Amino acid sequence: MPKDTGIGASTKRREDVRFLTGKGVYTDDLSLFGQAHAVMVRSTVAHGRIVSIDTSAVEAMPGVLAVFTGEDFKDVGGNPAGWLINSRDGTPMREPKRPVLAHGKVRHVGDAYAAVIAESYAQAKDAAQVLSDATEIEELPAIVDMKAAAADASNRVHDEIPDNICFDWGWIEDNRAAVDAAMKAAPHVVTLELTNNRLVPNAMEPRASIGEYFPGTGDYKLTTTSQNPHLTRLLICAFVMGIPENKLQVVAPDVGGGFGSKIYHYGEEALVLAAAKRLGRPVRWTAERTESFLSDAHGRDHVTKIELGCTKEGDILAIRTETYANVGAYLSNFSTATPTFLHGTLMAGPYKVPHVYVNVKTVFTNTAPVDAYRGAGRPEATYSIERVVDKMCRELGLDPFEVRRRNLLTPDQFPYTTPVGLVYDTGNYQATLDKAVELADVAGFEARRAESAKRGRLRGMGLSTWIEACGIAPSHLVGILGARVGLYDAATVRVNATGTISVMTGAHSHGQGHETVFPQIVAEKLGIPASSVEIVHGDTAKIPFGMGSYGSRSLAVAGSAMDRAIDKIIAKGKKIAAHMLEAAEGDITFADGKFSVAGTDKAKTFGEIAFSAYVPHNYPLETLEPGLEETAFYDPANFTYPAGAYICEVEVDEGTGKVDVVAFTCADDFGNVMNPMIVEGQVHGGVGQGIGQAVLESTSYDENGQLLTGSYMDYAMPRADDVPFYTVDHSCSTPCTHNPLGVKGCGEAGAIGSPPAVVNAVIDALQRGGHSHVTHIDMPVSPNRVWQAMNA
Amino acid sequence: MTKVTMTVNGKSVSAEAEGRTLLVSYLREGLGLTGTHVGCDTSQCGACVVHVDGKAVKSCTVFAMDVAGSEVRTIEGMANADGSLGVVQQAFQDHHGLQCGFCTPGMVMTTAALLANNPKPSEAEVRHELEGNICRCTGYHNIVKAVLAASGQDAGAMAAE
Amino acid sequence: MHNFEFVKPSSIADAVTALATEGAQPLSGGQTLLPTMKQRLAAPDVLVSLTGIAEMQGVCMGDGGLHIGGATPHAVVAQEAASHYPALAALAGGIGDPAVRNRGTIGGSVANNDPAACYPAAVLASGATVVTSTRQIAADDYFQGMFTTALDEGEFITSVIFPIPQAAAYVKFNQPASRFALTAVFVARFADGVRVAVTGASNNGVFRWEEAEAALSADFSAAAIAGLTASAEDMISDLHGSAAYRANLVKVLTGRAVTAAR
Repeated sequence: MPKDTGIGASTKRREDVRFLTGKGVYTDDLSLFGQAHAVMVRSTVAHGRIVSIDTSAVEAMPGVLAVFTGEDFKDVGGNPAGWLINSRDGTPMREPKRPVLAHGKVRHVGDAYAAVIAESYAQAKDAAQVLSDATEIEELPAIVDMKAAAADASNRVHDEIPDNICFDWGWIEDNRAAVDAAMKAAPHVVTLELTNNRLVPNAMEPRASIGEYFPGTGDYKLTTTSQNPHLTRLLICAFVMGIPENKLQVVAPDVGGGFGSKIYHYGEEALVLAAAKRLGRPVRWTAERTESFLSDAHGRDHVTKIELGCTKEGDILAIRTETYANVGAYLSNFSTATPTFLHGTLMAGPYKVPHVYVNVKTVFTNTAPVDAYRGAGRPEATYSIERVVDKMCRELGLDPFEVRRRNLLTPDQFPYTTPVGLVYDTGNYQATLDKAVELADVAGFEARRAESAKRGRLRGMGLSTWIEACGIAPSHLVGILGARVGLYDAATVRVNATGTISVMTGAHSHGQGHETVFPQIVAEKLGIPASSVEIVHGDTAKIPFGMGSYGSRSLAVAGSAMDRAIDKIIAKGKKIAAHMLEAAEGDITFADGKFSVAGTDKAKTFGEIAFSAYVPHNYPLETLEPGLEETAFYDPANFTYPAGAYICEVEVDEGTGKVDVVAFTCADDFGNVMNPMIVEGQVHGGVGQGIGQAVLESTSYDENGQLLTGSYMDYAMPRADDVPFYTVDHSCSTPCTHNPLGVKGCGEAGAIGSPPAVVNAVIDALQRGGHSHVTHIDMPVSPNRVWQAMNA
Repeated sequence: MTKVTMTVNGKSVSAEAEGRTLLVSYLREGLGLTGTHVGCDTSQCGACVVHVDGKAVKSCTVFAMDVAGSEVRTIEGMANADGSLGVVQQAFQDHHGLQCGFCTPGMVMTTAALLANNPKPSEAEVRHELEGNICRCTGYHNIVKAVLAASGQDAGAMAAE
Repeated sequence: MHNFEFVKPSSIADAVTALATEGAQPLSGGQTLLPTMKQRLAAPDVLVSLTGIAEMQGVCMGDGGLHIGGATPHAVVAQEAASHYPALAALAGGIGDPAVRNRGTIGGSVANNDPAACYPAAVLASGATVVTSTRQIAADDYFQGMFTTALDEGEFITSVIFPIPQAAAYVKFNQPASRFALTAVFVARFADGVRVAVTGASNNGVFRWEEAEAALSADFSAAAIAGLTASAEDMISDLHGSAAYRANLVKVLTGRAVTAAR
């Protein structure tokens, strides 16, 4: 019988009950007395100079309460980048100001340059249209293509940045000559030019924010769709608006998915706070989906040339890449870390490759800002490596499974220092590969291929062996690398007088199931029912501090903080128990919810200890404070390194070029697993997004910078009939060596490992089907592209 | 503004509406039934699906006045009389068919309508019928399992194939 | 969206009167019109709902074939036309998604004449008759290019009459995002010849592929069109498919429709 509670149990999610009955409370579900409605006025051109905004055109319209333009925010700060990157020549990156509302220039379609506040949403919307018509913008040529932008100094996204380059980064620059020499000496060199397609995150809940101001105290409150309310508070207070941090409460209630796009602070959040103060009323804003497409931070968008030097037997000797990374019109908060330290440091993959060098040129364009999206940098690295390794196998006539086995690090090599600056603590990459081969029934592939052929379909199989660095992140290390924040996390465990527990965690759950999983851990450790434990998250007024949820960090970092706080609770409980049981503290043991004197039957339950802490009648008050509440901050010693092997099977319809993913198998090593049901769900979701990137999703701007894929009419979201049932396994576990729970993180894995497996499978299908000239197709492998490739 | 009356979750209700007031706005803002969500503006995502006279419709693509007098059912009306989860809701919890919960009301409403028309759908039929409901979290695996389970079929065996 | 006056007549006659108002526009299922109005691309002063008119609802056999009321939702056609005209029912069952099929109507679709809509292919391939509030229009005269039809201001579709072919099939290749037809082909075989209508592909909206009709009228088999090439000249080229790709789809899907025809 599998256990139904505690660590390792597939406990059903308690939060589901409210979501399934319509009782979740998302930001837009709140309705406040006296609330006014904000509508943003957004640029319809990609690049232009604001000549005039005639606010008088709307000020007298029905219901209009206020109009804001960039002029209102020109004297406050900008929304900063969180990570300083230096170029190869040592110069710091270029950091243009990102204002609350565009001022002087608009830099992408959807760039907000004004906002209208009105009594009703419809009135604000009507007025925003009129204000848009009453605005004169001198259109400038749009800068859309990255390489052209970097080559042409005459047209600038930011007037002060002559070549549109934010930075030109080398990793590791000192190794460049050695890598070049190794590449030159290699018996065989494989070259591949590829695009990692720009994606729109598309959390199903559009962004929304409500600002409140309390004139009696001078306090502000922001309710917003955020993955990390503390960081949002910090950015608004310390960088943008200059509000003292103790005067702003940020609340992120139920949040309908994030995938990275809700990590960041956006201008609308500052706008609703400023408007609430000016009007003395709550001010709300909710994005329409069209606005989400235009103004949420997008993901990926790399153009890469990767070279791989190897022996004729398939031993990888060297990897060298040159990448152009699109950062869009402004630097979003993590945008400079994503193509660099979340990408370049992963470029050795799970392989023993001695020489690696990565060059990344990050370019400003007149497009929406680009930042971290599920996986963030690691999918780009994995895609480049796994595609070029696959191409190597084809060029040399080698078996892709054998080549992986030949190059994968072996268990005896850990801890392993890569040539790109990471130390992998543990893993068993052969085990996950073997498990994937077994579960995918690789041996039976030929029979399945023959069956597909009978139905007129080309079948192919693709493999990807991947690794990522997550559990973000050791502060001392990221500090050396340019991070402007620490990336620890915090938890307070409050034992109430009656023995129930509230855990205030810095992680934020927007689909991950923390409200269920965190209590499983508390219950296991304290020997109490999980139903006695409540998780409090998403409110800066209730939680000591936190860096939020992204980078597969919730359990590995915030969970570890909680674990440490529980240890402190137990330690204090032992002191109390020693007093009550008249024993030495060293003789007290804690197990199954009881503090016992070793070797005796004398014991106090956890509840009795808690009660005593709050009713300290028989209590060591002279040496111990009453109460039972502990806080811990946890800073990870290293990244965690989940890894795995993914196998995809596709069918290609030769007549139409349509690709159907017909089977997908994942064998992952996530270390210890707290709730298998939730872990599997995370992998399903990641793979669904990875298949979306590989087969369906394309973000396309025309030469004027107009977004052609600005709604679900043209942006192809994966639907239920685009994907198969997945086979997922996490039995090959090598627990993380440096965090107390031994967990590695599972949120991003699916999105990282799956795209190359899909594309490798498509190439395999085409090659086996006689289209031997097709060695690469850029994502998404849409019907049109596949058909063009077959018929080129 | 005109007073528009209809029956929602078995109760006769009325609220003010303009001509342009969408059914979803009528429900959320007029009646405070915020379980029905808005996830897009092109009638694609399905987060707003409710039942009108027993049929699934996208409440963001219907004017409130056009369905005045109708019987409307929303996610708030899907639990059993004693407050426990209904069959479809329970299947979604049992099979982890939701993560962030935002698309979930639409998924549940579409599923309930599907099973009313087709009590034992195949996997392919389920996937086809969910075409108008977008989920970004689950990769659909557990949603399809939940729908099959709600129909009384052995979802685990069907998913393992 | 802009505000408007909403009216819901219960008879065709009342609808005709309401639509005579300046700035009035008919509303059927609204599955296209509402998103368009949200984008402020349509801004009627008066919106006349046609969904409350009983005489425009339903599917029945009658003079000239299968009569489908203009305000009949796709889901009803999918169910009630199945025994009379399976290919048409299957087409209706593949439009949009279940919720769209419960609201969207045949009259709305045919009146809008979206170049990627499904119903225009069925109407044209079947040689159907479009019955309006004022007259009857043959399919060959009705479609006049994308989003353009023979309908006059204030005129609306009250029913469509489909002759029943001996065999027919509709094969649709989805545009991956919208699930409209990237290209789709309706093949209908009648005693006096075969009609082939293509939607989703042409800059001129739905059209008949006459070379294929001739070849299939002589030999109703996929092999009969193997030597033909659909011209890419007037085909739509967009990010989902080039003109050449769509021309390829026209041929591939026509062959599949012939094979599938029942």
